[in-house]
Amino acid sequence: MKINTNFRRRDVLKITAAGTCAIAATPFSANATPQSVQAEIDNLTGGKAFEDDARVVLTLPEIAENGGTVPLTVSINSPMSSEDHIKAVHVYADGNPLPEVASYYLGPFNGKAELSLRIRLSKTQSVVAVAQTNTGETWIGRKQVKVTLGGCGG
Amino acid sequence: MATKNIKPRVRVPKKLTKGQLFEVKTLVSHRMETGLRKDKETGATIPRDIIRSLNVTYNGRNVLYSVWHTAMSANPYTSFYVRAEDSGTMAFTWTDSANQTYTKEVAINVTG
Repeated sequence: MKINTNFRRRDVLKITAAGTCAIAATPFSANATPQSVQAEIDNLTGGKAFEDDARVVLTLPEIAENGGTVPLTVSINSPMSSEDHIKAVHVYADGNPLPEVASYYLGPFNGKAELSLRIRLSKTQSVVAVAQTNTGETWIGRKQVKVTLGGCGG
Repeated sequence: MATKNIKPRVRVPKKLTKGQLFEVKTLVSHRMETGLRKDKETGATIPRDIIRSLNVTYNGRNVLYSVWHTAMSANPYTSFYVRAEDSGTMAFTWTDSANQTYTKEVAINVTG
């Protein structure tokens, strides 16, 4: 009997953790998780493991008051020469209803691998930027953002 | 289900010198409906209506291709860098989830 009660309590906790936003948004709440973001990264790299890299810097407010529009700058320390450049940058958020945010495809003509955008964050979570170089390397940068008002209401 | 009154806006420096690195700022007014929200009265899901991609060419050469998802804010803003080469045109094409496109062209003035 005790086990049964535990399970129930856990289910309740799970639903609460998913947040009011997800409940309002999707009845079959399939929220993004750090695991689903990792699955997206594995998809890009073919399952090869990569460590986080200090060359990928995410600039975001530490506390976002309005999750509906959070300014994000992804800056990657790369010479952007024809021999050594960033060819793609993928941005993920691990607590949103869907993990993907945006992908950008660059080249040496960009001169500087820096992108700014504004994103939606439904709750406090980590934003992950994955940079792919022309030489087949993958660099990953992360930053946690505290969200006081979720942004999935649009 | 294309949104009406889409206004694409682009800002680039007025004068550039050859080889100069410059920032291109883009903004398009669009509500970026996620497809996850429900109508409060009817309970029906509001269909997804988002800008899916932005493609930028500089004198015919592709300088940025970008794919967006629902987590891009309403009125999606993006800025990026390009190196100035020759005077000419920078052309921007946004494509929404109904495959409708919105375009904008700006002149690039390179001196010296």
